[in-house]
Amino acid sequence: MSGFDAVPAWVALLVSFLLVLGGCIIVIGALGLMRLPYFYQRIHGPAITTTLGAGCFLIASMALFSSLQSRPVIHELLISVFVLMTAPVVAMMIMRAAVYRDLRDRRSGKGGPEGDVYRLPED
Amino acid sequence: MSISTLLSFSLNFAFGCVILAMVFCTVRLLIGPNAQDRVLALDTLWMSAMLLSLVQGMRFGNPIYFEAALLIVLIGFASTIALAKFLMRGETIE
Repeated sequence: MSGFDAVPAWVALLVSFLLVLGGCIIVIGALGLMRLPYFYQRIHGPAITTTLGAGCFLIASMALFSSLQSRPVIHELLISVFVLMTAPVVAMMIMRAAVYRDLRDRRSGKGGPEGDVYRLPED
Repeated sequence: MSISTLLSFSLNFAFGCVILAMVFCTVRLLIGPNAQDRVLALDTLWMSAMLLSLVQGMRFGNPIYFEAALLIVLIGFASTIALAKFLMRGETIE
């Protein structure tokens, strides 16, 4: 942990703020994943981790490396774009699998889909 | 308080936060009542591992950790899609 003395003060303040904010958001998301009672509530916890927490860390990384190398370093945008593109796909796939399995096992009253919103093809 | 101290403190704080989030995800991975809970916890664990690699890269001032983070997020996406497909169909490649 050396070589940070060349970083300007406002960049250091920005990076520190983003890192502390992102760390708190990530802990909140993981806490939601661990503590919420039903699966359909738990799936909302990691969403904040993948969007806001990862966004804060990626912007902090871009600012710090741009300041350290005295040139624009924006290759973290690759991770940002990939995460923002794939997070909804992953959430949708897991959600579809969960809905399918809950309906197949006739599991209701656990926050799962009830009523005639979702139906299995053989119903 | 100098710039170096501030940055070191915030980087260590972020490191601890990511480790704590990984511990929470591991708890959900172990106690998760259903398979979809475990897949969701594993997906969050992949994302936390990517963020851990980013934070380590910032702590050591080494941009090579970025490529590890990119690889981790790619493999995490592929494995989570494969697991979700397996939960849905019972097989991955039809």
